[in-house]
Amino acid sequence: MRFMLLFSRQGKLRLQKWYLASSEKEKKKMVRELMQVVLARKPKMCSFLEWRDLKVVYKRYASLYFCCAIEGQDNELITLELIHRYVELLDKYFGSVCELDIIFNFEKAYFILDEFLMGGEIQDTSKKSVLKAIEQADLLQEEDESPRSVLEEMGLA
Amino acid sequence: MALKMVKGSIDRMFDKNLQDLVRGIRNHKEDEAKYISQCIDEIKQELKQDNIAVKANAVCKLTYLQMLGYDISWAAFNIIEVMSASKFTFKRIGYLAASQCFHEGTDVIMLTTNQIRKDLSSPNQYDTGVALTGLSCFVTPDLARDLANDIMTLMSHTKPYIRKKAVLIMYKVFLKYPESLRPAFPRLKEKLEDPDPGVQSAAVNVICELARRNPKNYLSLAPLFFKLMTSSTNNWVLIKIIKLFGALTPLEPRLGKKLIEPLTNLIHSTSAMSLLYECVNTVIPILKSPVLARNNTVFLYVEKLYFVFFPPTVKYLGLLAMSKILKTHPKSVQSHKDLILQCLDDKDESIRLRALDLLYGMVSKKNLMEIVKKLMIHVDKAEGTTYRDELLTKIIDICSQSNYQYITNFEWYISILVELTRLEGTRHGHLIAAQMLDVAIRVKAIRKFAVSQMAMLLDNAHLIASNTQRNGICEVLYAAAWICGEFSDHLEESNQTLEAMLRPKVTTLPGHIQAVYVQNMVKLYASILQQKEQAGEKEAAQEITQLMIDRLPQFVQSADLEVQERASCILQLIKYIQKLQIKEVPVAEEVIALFAGELNPVAPKAQKKVPVPEGLDLDAWINEPPSDSESEDEKPRTIFHDEEQRHSRHRQPEIDEEELARRREVRKQEQANNPFYIKSSPSPQKQYQDTPGVEHIPVVQIDLSVPLKVPGMPMSDQYVKLEEERRHKQKLEKDKKKKKQKKEKKGKHRRHNSLHTESDEDIAPAQHVDIITEEMPENALPSDEDDKDPNDPYKALDIDLDKPLADSEKLPVQRHRNAENLKSPDTEAPLVGKKSKKPKKKEKKHKEKEREKEKKKEREKKVTEEGKKVKSSKHRKKKHKKEKEEKSKDKKKSKKKHHHSEEEPAESVQNGTLDDEPLPVRNWAALASLEKGGGTYDIQGNLQNDSQVTVSVIFENKSTSFLKSMELNVLDSLNAKMLRPEGSSVHDGIPVPFQLPPGISNEAQFVFTLQSIVMAQKLKGTLSFIVKNDNGSTHEKLDFKLHFSCASYLITTPCYSDAFAKLLESGDLHMSSIKVDGISISFQHLLAKICFYHHFSVVERVDSCASMYSRSIQGHHVCLLVKKGENSVSVDGKCNDSTLLSNLLDEMKETLSKC
Repeated sequence: MRFMLLFSRQGKLRLQKWYLASSEKEKKKMVRELMQVVLARKPKMCSFLEWRDLKVVYKRYASLYFCCAIEGQDNELITLELIHRYVELLDKYFGSVCELDIIFNFEKAYFILDEFLMGGEIQDTSKKSVLKAIEQADLLQEEDESPRSVLEEMGLA
Repeated sequence: MALKMVKGSIDRMFDKNLQDLVRGIRNHKEDEAKYISQCIDEIKQELKQDNIAVKANAVCKLTYLQMLGYDISWAAFNIIEVMSASKFTFKRIGYLAASQCFHEGTDVIMLTTNQIRKDLSSPNQYDTGVALTGLSCFVTPDLARDLANDIMTLMSHTKPYIRKKAVLIMYKVFLKYPESLRPAFPRLKEKLEDPDPGVQSAAVNVICELARRNPKNYLSLAPLFFKLMTSSTNNWVLIKIIKLFGALTPLEPRLGKKLIEPLTNLIHSTSAMSLLYECVNTVIPILKSPVLARNNTVFLYVEKLYFVFFPPTVKYLGLLAMSKILKTHPKSVQSHKDLILQCLDDKDESIRLRALDLLYGMVSKKNLMEIVKKLMIHVDKAEGTTYRDELLTKIIDICSQSNYQYITNFEWYISILVELTRLEGTRHGHLIAAQMLDVAIRVKAIRKFAVSQMAMLLDNAHLIASNTQRNGICEVLYAAAWICGEFSDHLEESNQTLEAMLRPKVTTLPGHIQAVYVQNMVKLYASILQQKEQAGEKEAAQEITQLMIDRLPQFVQSADLEVQERASCILQLIKYIQKLQIKEVPVAEEVIALFAGELNPVAPKAQKKVPVPEGLDLDAWINEPPSDSESEDEKPRTIFHDEEQRHSRHRQPEIDEEELARRREVRKQEQANNPFYIKSSPSPQKQYQDTPGVEHIPVVQIDLSVPLKVPGMPMSDQYVKLEEERRHKQKLEKDKKKKKQKKEKKGKHRRHNSLHTESDEDIAPAQHVDIITEEMPENALPSDEDDKDPNDPYKALDIDLDKPLADSEKLPVQRHRNAENLKSPDTEAPLVGKKSKKPKKKEKKHKEKEREKEKKKEREKKVTEEGKKVKSSKHRKKKHKKEKEEKSKDKKKSKKKHHHSEEEPAESVQNGTLDDEPLPVRNWAALASLEKGGGTYDIQGNLQNDSQVTVSVIFENKSTSFLKSMELNVLDSLNAKMLRPEGSSVHDGIPVPFQLPPGISNEAQFVFTLQSIVMAQKLKGTLSFIVKNDNGSTHEKLDFKLHFSCASYLITTPCYSDAFAKLLESGDLHMSSIKVDGISISFQHLLAKICFYHHFSVVERVDSCASMYSRSIQGHHVCLLVKKGENSVSVDGKCNDSTLLSNLLDEMKETLSKC
């Protein structure tokens, strides 16, 4: 997979993950172009389109579009499943996820994605193990944060 | 200090966190940009503080802003600071920010190397994980090179969480740093059998991605994947594996056969669409091979595709898969024509375009008319010019594909073209025009009809050209005018057409079209003139001349130079004609002679290929510079440039009959001698001039009963009906015709690619086409090579993985593990570098059971000299040790030297040095030696006849433990394979048929098959065994390499000098030679060495010169002439195979240089 984008119906980018590093300018151009193409499509149209030399697989969940760009030989359907799996993961993690969850906790959404995909390849096909990894990492983060009180931080403890 | 901290912390309480920022942005919808720039200023302040928490918060906010499209590259350094925070919370944010905004152009990226390395070896798996994830997004070639080894180590981490990430990131590393592939590959392969499913699927992912790009290097893994495929139940993994097989099957057809069954099972059993889709995609190309092409199965797949892939969201895929099937099994798809036609109505353009693509491949002679008819309906309905244009080009593509192969009735096609001219606003007018010209020129039988249609077009030119000046469709008038002019003798209402061409409206057309009008109205005029003169209607003839003179001035005033020039030229000509007419001189013949000449279709490239006759200087003027009349040939380059050569015509100025005849004769001769000149008929002389030879066309039944009543435009639909009738009739006459066709074929020129040859459907075309196969210059190279993009990032990964690793290929990074074994009893050799590291090791040791294991392995690779000495007295030796760790290698080397000096005269041989004794037929090589608590194995190889070689291995147990369950396994290469018992897979080892008590040795033989013997081979292998001692039993492994040198394929064969001389004379031997300096041993000695190590026999010896001979197991003759100079030896070799020879000589050079 080349990249994954999440954007709202209004054309606001909510998340972007690039598995092939490219310059900011190029990224912006691609995002803008692709958003236009995808948003212009009607609800009953198919989830795949050919765009530049890539294939774009997208799916709409409520007001959010999940959009992946894959290479010519990749399997479109598995990409669709992958999008769905990611949504499921978000759903499990946030508890019936909504767009606002992703806006306000965008870093968490990234962390989940990073546990699920790496370098554009599926990292773990088991939902359970992805969530477990996230939970444990979060736990670690809380441990980092919990012993800290304002006083401690001020160096007075 | 404390005060500063206090200040920082208090500030922090007032900082915005991410949520505040997001909320703020949402609340400032109106002046978002202003608000954000304010926030960025705040963030800049925050970044200046020492408190890492503040920085992390700032970076987190920046990451959000980056997503909104703001540039945050200025904060790259701060991001690195946050990455290096010790707390996971911050580190996580730092890496996230880095992964979002770092790329190869980020200059501070090199500062991260050490930080990442530190994180990779962090005891906290989540630190490592987050570093790996981040790295996967921004890895650069430098980072890849520096960190490859660290990541490779992580692939064997105890935690599957790290292992799977490490495995996945290796793919990115390979892409950036291809040199790492070979050293890392064995470990990657191991991971295919990792107990953790996540790691396993990661490994499958990576290898599949690698293999898809360069499949041939991964063929040897096929059996392993086959096993995985039949055992795995994970769809994600299965899809990857199947995709991999899809890439492998074209290289190994036998694989396809094996795959059919499991794939078909999957297709029937799976409920996952994605898997089904992948299976079908893979199966289809496999079925292409004739053995497997059982159409029923394909039908089955198509049906299955049908039911599954026709919900709207995935329809696209159904069509995509169909187009794949279409390539191999057109018939099975053709039955679904209607459904595909329905897709043309789809709202989604990508579906419509896919469906169009499919139609292109689906047409046959039978259904062409029907399909095109449907397409025409869509053309009418289509919204948007782009799609309509697409349809138009598709219609033309479909009809004209492979030289109009599917068109049986060209009248129908002309009608279609004419109907297409009704399209408004299309850009493809020139396309239609080109088709009209092409058909009219190449299908002689259709000319009459074409001319009548074109005349109609000209008559209705106002309909076509009226809309706008820029209307692309007016290009068809170009074709219409030209056809009417050129084939004017077919025209019935010439006068009317001429008048149509002379209308004032014409001057609004684009210049190049007007130019053609002007030119062709003269042709038309000429033919009318002739008619009238022949009929004796002098009045009418003068009238027409007057008409021309009246109307031409409007063109003379044209702004277009070309039009103006032609018009004024022609106007003068006609005025001259008028003068003659007034004098009652017949002029028609002479005027018509202006345009006389045969018109033949010529291959587009034929012109280039006409050889320049000897003594012809193409640059010199033959006559005076060309006259005006010849400029007629020049057509505007802009539109029909690719057609031009085809339409080259022969025109002659007015000359007397004699001259004309003479020239004709010359030209005929020229044509006869020119292989590229395509003659239109077997006897062109007869119909040379005015009769366009129709007699020789097979099925010339032009149905003139076609009702052409519709004013202006014909209806192509009528032809569909007529065609059906015609076909029916034809069927009845079939037998008769067949005979006729056969005759026809014989008489035809070879280059005429007749339609009849390919009419598998028994439908003879209504008209005959002169079909020209495009010719290429003889020395043109096939363009396969060009397909590969030199910038393809995957090209670098085309690495032969079966080749053994060279030392230079090892990863350049410092090792984590030490090759030294602390307990080893034989550490007598001085190991300076290692010793300095020992203390460190010891400290870590108690923690690192894992590493301990590794160390053990390395220990095993050490060699005890004892074992070798024993062998060396009996056998020659070449030592090829698996030296994975450089340090253990150092040690070995030092040992070897030591060893050498010890037993000098005996010359125990290692690494290919020689032994003097004129000894046995066997050339032993130690493949690997293992020492474990004092045990050694010596493995030696020997080769035998045919394409099979036998490798004898002596296992010697020098340890105090009992060894059992030994299994020898070799990683097959494409060329060399170990012969395994029937039914076992390539990855099964061969059990050694005995057990070894301590101190015992025994010999086992293994057979290998080789395809090519011209190159030396190295095969990697493993010996696995169970060590049983008092403490229990452990499973151990020993890696080794088998070296098959070229010399080992030679069999010492005696040869007599006369036979030898004959052989040399025969001349079909390749020659090569080497020279080695610094040889001090006697010639006798030298020859003995060559005889022994390279399996030659001396044929003749004269002084310091000798001829030698040997034969390979595959029957190559190898002849040598060895000459000894003062201090040097030169060897000239001759052999049937140059590669073999050069490899042999190289080996010989190595041997000799050690003397």
